[in-house]
Amino acid sequence: MLRFALRRLALLVPVLLGLSVLLFVWVRALPGEPARSLLGQRATPEGIARVNEVYGFNDPLLQQYGSYVWALLRGDFGSSIKTGQPVLESFIEKFPGTVELGVAALLFAVVLGIPLGYYAARHQGRLLDTTIVSGSLIGVVTPVFFLAILLKLVFANWLDLLPTSQRQDPRIDATHITNFYVLDGLLTREWDAALDALTHLVLPAVALGTIPLAIIVRITRAAVADVLNEDYVRTAESKGLSRMLVSRRHILRNAMLPVMTTIGLQAGLLFSGAVLTESVFAWNGIGRFLFDSIGQRDYPVLQGYILLIAIIYALINLTVDMAYGVVDPRVRVS
Amino acid sequence: MSAPLPPAGGSPDVLVTADDAPGVSLWRAAGSRLRRNPTAIVGAVIVLAFVVVALVAPLLTPYQPGSAEWSGDVTPTSVPGPSDDHLLGLDRFGSDLFTQLVYGARQSLVYGVVATAIGLAFGAALGIVSGGAIAVGGRPGVWIDNVVMRVVDIMLSVPSLLLAVSIAAVLGQNSYAIMIAIGAAQVPIFARLLRGSMLAQGRSDYVLAAEALGIRKRKIVMSHVLPNSIGPTVVQATLNLATAIIEVAALSFLGLGQPDPAVAEWGRMLVAAQDRFEAAPQLALLPGAAIAITALGFTLFGEALREALDPRSRR
Repeated sequence: MLRFALRRLALLVPVLLGLSVLLFVWVRALPGEPARSLLGQRATPEGIARVNEVYGFNDPLLQQYGSYVWALLRGDFGSSIKTGQPVLESFIEKFPGTVELGVAALLFAVVLGIPLGYYAARHQGRLLDTTIVSGSLIGVVTPVFFLAILLKLVFANWLDLLPTSQRQDPRIDATHITNFYVLDGLLTREWDAALDALTHLVLPAVALGTIPLAIIVRITRAAVADVLNEDYVRTAESKGLSRMLVSRRHILRNAMLPVMTTIGLQAGLLFSGAVLTESVFAWNGIGRFLFDSIGQRDYPVLQGYILLIAIIYALINLTVDMAYGVVDPRVRVS
Repeated sequence: MSAPLPPAGGSPDVLVTADDAPGVSLWRAAGSRLRRNPTAIVGAVIVLAFVVVALVAPLLTPYQPGSAEWSGDVTPTSVPGPSDDHLLGLDRFGSDLFTQLVYGARQSLVYGVVATAIGLAFGAALGIVSGGAIAVGGRPGVWIDNVVMRVVDIMLSVPSLLLAVSIAAVLGQNSYAIMIAIGAAQVPIFARLLRGSMLAQGRSDYVLAAEALGIRKRKIVMSHVLPNSIGPTVVQATLNLATAIIEVAALSFLGLGQPDPAVAEWGRMLVAAQDRFEAAPQLALLPGAAIAITALGFTLFGEALREALDPRSRR
């Protein structure tokens, strides 16, 4: 297991190195000279000279790349052109918001998706199945930001049920230890703060979680349908085992393998979706920050965030692959 | 965004039938299975309607997109609804909403098809190089495959929407940039898929037979392995048309879309509608529904095509 993990980590090195080359080339490929595109409209000759100095744009390319990678290794991912804040610092500050949203979205998708997929497979061809399958299709094709706008319209503007912006009501004077607002509320026993953060989570999490939900439903349905035809399920049923027991131990346990891989693959989708969802709901996370940075053409932020997201994305997939090995002994052997 | 769609299966219908009998080509058999599959028909009808609307847009409406001719009628609190002159009313800039919608179909079709074609062309090329190199074999083959696949890994290490965003940022804000950015983000998907199915086909008996006959490996790859591997790639291209249309709208949403106001684009219509929510929800609902329904059409058709090409895949 450890050797497997180390091998996978080692394979990650060339990919990240390659990505760093691409991102390095990327900033230099932006329209106009790099200093000008970094400064945007505020470019003055003095400003350009200063940026060239700071970023070393006058040095030979290879030397520039060398110092870029050296800075990365020391944890220096550059600084925002607009605010001067180090990229890594803003990322660490905003990442908990995105994790909170992502986890809530994934929970929504998994908790609802697995039972729905299971029931659809158990009632193949019936009305329930058709409804679930059609619903999941609609879920897959609805653009995230359209769904977000729609939810906002119905639940906030028309029904006035749930809050539609920010992570917590600013009037609540909550203590933040971890920057995971719900968790903070629980840790400090500020129940009203936790509840408020939770209600703020509902709509964004549903918007972000719908595509993963639809995909999990479909995968679960297909996987369960496959397992249902297996001899061991028939054997278990004819032995007279209770339906509950058969579905838990024989069907779901075996059907979960493809579902787990899918859940891991959703991570990338969640990052893309977070950029859209967070900006609709003014959610203070890395997605909204990226959205603003795109609007302001704050390239160092984009460059740093893409690299950081790629690293986290890779680590998530590595974790999922390892979890896969824990659940399925066959994976460990091969 | 470009999530690989798992097989779902609609209602029970076609099984393996007489048209699988010897003498019928794979594609012809698939065609006849498609015609009997209700999912395929619904998908095809939506796709066809979308294409027809896009093609004949000027015949459907007397107005020009993005004209803003009636901007005087739009106030900060109200947007005129349906009337005799305007089937669906106006948009928030004072253009005819129906006109914006039908011309928007045009943009989506062009963007979707061109972007997917770019992704397919470059992705398939990489896939063929990689899969072919392995099949031809030897140390250089493995080496070529390794290099190509590491490049693909790097592209896959960034979520596709962010990849498209970074490419669009380099290319500037214009139609070509949008199509290239979205197409490029699809390249790794096609490359991996085609390489994978070429590897799978490479192990089949007919390849062994061809090798035993002494046919050159290069020829086996090009005239045996490749034609038999192309099916899943065609299916993926159909499904990717749906993703591409959604991603075009997403780029608009991120402010990297088509900047020309004279060009109607569904994503930008949605963005513009956001601040007129309560007064005129139709401004957001109609373009949003248009995107979703079009994407649904391509998805349904793509899935039916997958089942038709590989009847065993249905569940």
